[in-house]
Amino acid sequence: MEKKLGCATRDAYGEVLVQLGQENPDVVVLDADLSKSTKTAAFGEKFPDRFFNVGIQEADMVGIAAGLASSGKIPFVSSFACFVVCKAYDQLRMSVAFPELNVKIVASHGGISVGEDGASQQSIEDFALMSSLPGFVVMSPADAVSAKALVREAAKYKGPVYIRTGRPKTPILHSGNTSFQIGKGVRLREGKDVTLVATGLLVWEALEAEEKLKAEGIEASVIDLHTIKPLDRELLLEEARRTHAFVVSEEHQIWGGLGSAVARLLAQECPSAIEFVAIQDTYSESGKPEELFQKYGLTSAHIVKAAKKALSRKGRVAVS
Amino acid sequence: MAKKLSLEELPSKAREIRRDIIQMLAEAGSGHPGGSLSATDILTALYFHLMNHDPAKPKWPDRDRLILSKGHGAPALYTALAHAGYFPRELLWTLRKLESPLQGHPDMRRLPGLEASTGSLGQGLSIGIGCALARRLDKKSFYTYVVMSDGETNEGQTWEAASAAAHHRVDHLIVILDYNKFQLDDAVHKICDMEPMVGKWQNFNWHVQEIDGHNVKQIVAAVREAQEVKGRPCIIVAHTIKGKGVSFMENNNHFHGVAPTKEEATKALAELA
Repeated sequence: MEKKLGCATRDAYGEVLVQLGQENPDVVVLDADLSKSTKTAAFGEKFPDRFFNVGIQEADMVGIAAGLASSGKIPFVSSFACFVVCKAYDQLRMSVAFPELNVKIVASHGGISVGEDGASQQSIEDFALMSSLPGFVVMSPADAVSAKALVREAAKYKGPVYIRTGRPKTPILHSGNTSFQIGKGVRLREGKDVTLVATGLLVWEALEAEEKLKAEGIEASVIDLHTIKPLDRELLLEEARRTHAFVVSEEHQIWGGLGSAVARLLAQECPSAIEFVAIQDTYSESGKPEELFQKYGLTSAHIVKAAKKALSRKGRVAVS
Repeated sequence: MAKKLSLEELPSKAREIRRDIIQMLAEAGSGHPGGSLSATDILTALYFHLMNHDPAKPKWPDRDRLILSKGHGAPALYTALAHAGYFPRELLWTLRKLESPLQGHPDMRRLPGLEASTGSLGQGLSIGIGCALARRLDKKSFYTYVVMSDGETNEGQTWEAASAAAHHRVDHLIVILDYNKFQLDDAVHKICDMEPMVGKWQNFNWHVQEIDGHNVKQIVAAVREAQEVKGRPCIIVAHTIKGKGVSFMENNNHFHGVAPTKEEATKALAELA
């Protein structure tokens, strides 16, 4: 499988945001002095009246977005994931989630692939925090194609949405023909032995793991679960009934992320052997993204190892 | 469109509202009398004289908005909304009871006339800026009023919003600060002194006025002046008395978050008769 790099998911967001601005005069954008990095700057140049750079004040930014939404606008709010989620969590809770307002948070620099800037800039808690807010949709696209489609879906959807984008260029996984819907995962490979569920950059690692497993005679499914909440129950249970073995991989702290959500569903509906590839309750550090993925256990080799571990337990898990 | 009362009629409307605040809190057995009574004249002047609003059409796009950022003052807001005709007055007696639309703090999903869900202090001003920016984009002429508490100015978000509103030259945004000098634990100057309050807002480049927040003529005159200000946000620092209107509640911070007993309510209602 050839690794062809496309643009970063944050670039894809910036591009589609300008299109949305052209199509819908109600689309407005807010940023907190990171527009060159989050890629909202292009919207700001094109539509200066509908672009509000509020300065380095995430809490105020989220509140302003709530007011714009309650007056009929569709605000897209961007900053680094760790800042908009952690610094404005109460505002996301009280001003957006509780009143169920139509605000879209598109946060860049998700995960440890931020790299050299180090732990303070790397968001590893956002899936857990954002999933905890009742009613919020939480998404993490894996490549530019899905990022563009899902930002469009978010604009159409009425209600609060969180999308994590990333800093590095991402391999292209999807064709332009794939349909993307909120809450519907995409099956990229189908196999009978084990299901590799992944989100964000880990989808590429899962595809590589599938090739390695195949070489050893193990057939794996690969699911791009771009939506963490709501979970695609149907697809996950269909897989569970066939493979009864899972690896869930994410560029996120192991507590409270996608792994926890999938495990809860399977425990209730179709107990399966399940392993997790995630950050083990620690902060990361400065380094190249690939070095950090290696050190913190997020590579295809880690997924292969986890898959074998799940397979070794498969027969011993009660199957309903 | 809501019927407007004359300036002369406002004080008796405020007294009616104070009576219902006392009664609903006594019925509920919990809630915040002090900050509700300090904001009563401000809310009365806004809902019954100044604001363009229509209780029959609470989502009318051209309506003036009022955001009660100090969400614990909900009893005053609910009573004003009921008297204005947004819902039957009888609902006031369901305050804080299971499934009542009158939640302990405002929940905009449950009750017509609420423009924000508040109760976590410091958030209403940012939401108000959003409404005022939407007004500017849509070239409408409505005003957004934000009623804040002095305690809320402890919050960092207040000052984020203060700087952003001035920087973005947000007008049609009028903040009324219910400056009753107390917060939950004690006097503001003992917990986190915010003086010079007026100077702070002036230095953030706001249009600032200072008034007696229980004098409806002053409230109305200050709001009229603020309505004419272009390219700047406005704040009216309204000096008020916590618990205003009930002798034993005035400046008595016990009544910040403790409802009157039945006996206290009877005494209070006699004073407000």
